[in-house]
Amino acid sequence: MSAVETLIDLLAGRRAAATLAPRDWDGVIGVARAEALLGTLAHRGDPAAVPASVAALFADTRAAAAVATTQALWEAEMARRALAPHGIEFVLLKGTAYAAAGLAPAPGRQIGDLDILVPWHDLARTENALLIAGWEWVKEDAYDDAYYRDHMHELPPLIHKARDRMIDVHHMILPRTHRITPDALALVGDAVRTEGGFAVLCPTDMACHCAAHLIADGDLQGGLRNLWDFHALTSAFAVADRGFWGKLDERAEMHGLEKTVHRAARLARDLYGTKLPSGWNRIRSGDGRYQRRLLARDDWGRATDPLLQQAFYIRSHWLRMPPAMLARHLWTKWRKR
Amino acid sequence: MADPQYRAAGEGALRVEPLGDLVAIFDRRSMQTHLVVAPMPEILAALEAGSCDAATLAARLANDFDLSGEGDVRAIIGERLEELAGMGLVEQV
Amino acid sequence: MKHRTRIAVGPVQFRIGSSWGAPITALKRLYVGYPQDAGRPADATVRLFAARPWRRWLRPSVHIGGDYIVPDALPLPLSMGLLAAEMGMNLQVALGWRRHLLLHASAVAKDGRAVMLSGESGSGKSTLAALLGEGDWRLMGDEFTLIDPGSGDALAFPRAVSLKNEAIAEIEARVGADRLGPLLAGTPKGDIRYLIPRPDAIAAMHEPARPALLIFPRFGGAPAIERIGEGEAFVRLTEASTNYVALGEAGFGALMRLARETPAFTIAYPDSASGMAIVEHLWAEALR
Repeated sequence: MSAVETLIDLLAGRRAAATLAPRDWDGVIGVARAEALLGTLAHRGDPAAVPASVAALFADTRAAAAVATTQALWEAEMARRALAPHGIEFVLLKGTAYAAAGLAPAPGRQIGDLDILVPWHDLARTENALLIAGWEWVKEDAYDDAYYRDHMHELPPLIHKARDRMIDVHHMILPRTHRITPDALALVGDAVRTEGGFAVLCPTDMACHCAAHLIADGDLQGGLRNLWDFHALTSAFAVADRGFWGKLDERAEMHGLEKTVHRAARLARDLYGTKLPSGWNRIRSGDGRYQRRLLARDDWGRATDPLLQQAFYIRSHWLRMPPAMLARHLWTKWRKR
Repeated sequence: MADPQYRAAGEGALRVEPLGDLVAIFDRRSMQTHLVVAPMPEILAALEAGSCDAATLAARLANDFDLSGEGDVRAIIGERLEELAGMGLVEQV
Repeated sequence: MKHRTRIAVGPVQFRIGSSWGAPITALKRLYVGYPQDAGRPADATVRLFAARPWRRWLRPSVHIGGDYIVPDALPLPLSMGLLAAEMGMNLQVALGWRRHLLLHASAVAKDGRAVMLSGESGSGKSTLAALLGEGDWRLMGDEFTLIDPGSGDALAFPRAVSLKNEAIAEIEARVGADRLGPLLAGTPKGDIRYLIPRPDAIAAMHEPARPALLIFPRFGGAPAIERIGEGEAFVRLTEASTNYVALGEAGFGALMRLARETPAFTIAYPDSASGMAIVEHLWAEALR
């Protein structure tokens, strides 16, 4: 059995960690890192069932993920502080949303950029408010800029000059050129509020976006992680609401995403064991091609599908140290009375 | 327009550690370390008594510090508050 | 991968895979004296590979990969495969290790107390540590020193020492050829030759040492010693650490404690002899 299959079995709970030989962990850890799933794996199962060195690595990974999640939520808070004075409300998307709402995929999940959704008519004001609050364009390139604005579903990426973190401002969840055009106003209008005061997509929309992100948007890069998100979200939503899958059907149809969402559900069932109701529980010949691409990784963590050989890497701006913020103004005459 | 009001970070959010001439402030909400010098720590401490604007804060600080001959204290504190808000250590309300 | 080996340095177990045999053979020779634990799962993976299959034979060039990758890193010719492997190991630790605070510093220890030398490449921190390690000091590492956030202790990471340019001759004059790797001439970092640490340093690699001195060396100019305050030491340590932010409050606390409790100095020195003399002098002062 290949390492990627072992990883999936461990995540799905089909295989006990104690049944792995010590050296099996080499490949499992390598593949989990390559798929950004090590933190998720580190949060599942019994630490006593794994070799001591693996248990220590998992503890490191959980601690680092907790720090990274805190940082990601702080970015959301800073965006709120930048936009709230202008009366702009936004919806958190993807990893930050899962963390803010305390949802099932959140523990250990790696979070990249801050992704937010604003209504189309607030886009220009959002851009302005962020620029005032210290975000800057990542690259000053007129062609790129025009391309983004004309064709993409987000503003060109902005980076905060002091915190060195990126924000992606979406006004849709798929590129404008995409043949599917989910209803953006409905996404914003039906968003729900977390305990901490942030808005996130309602459960059905969140599942739709997750599926769109996995299948329609891009090339399955990081697909196993996105598919895990879909599995963990829908499984938890279905427990909380027995009518969830029926509602998801309706909502997916409204967004024009029914094929995408059904495909994601079948893949999640086939890999992670997601329990689907009868209307969803079909077999489709095209799924095999998706599954092969999702599993295309060898025991050294290398993508074996030539189309997927764009390796996972830490972006260079993550390598830079946050500048020590030395106050420039010395006010020397302060003294205790 | 009225002067902006600022709010201190919640209790336990900041870990403040003097380091010789500098003060290191670790923000548990952002995981960031800020290195500051006077009067930043004093402003943060004074703001904990309750949200206020620069003029009120200047009055609070005058109780503990000798500010005579400091020029326009209110304006200077206003600038420092803006910088602290940029770092996220205080929040404009 | 076709060719592979496992190496344990300090707390890190590496697995290294390569498309070619030569870098693995060279690595095995350098690390033959290190403790082996074949059953232990790897913490970090390094891959040396050809970007295109035919480039394994045709003008072979070695790409460095692994768990973490620097996207725009240039490949090295196969003759420098050993350097690629060492760079790959460093990279995985610098980007991936989270158990300890990672300082870009060399270190030597005596009587359970550590002297750490932190500086950019060219500061001579590697050379000074290597030379001290040939005397009555235990070499802890020439590139990274790990600080345990719980205890504040320094932990060794004694990879093979990367000797560069003039340092090569200085060490060649002191140690036998059996402790040196092949000369890698004309690499992007200049001439490089790896030094195998002394057996006692390797045997003691899991023994922690209490930080006793922090030194920020600068090579060149008249000998100079300047004591620096806690604030400056803290700032310099933040610059020397690749992971204190990722460690959250544990990283902040460890840096704070190190800056507060460890006497710190900047030094300048014109040659290795005077650099070593300054370290010995500061050590004697610290003991008093």
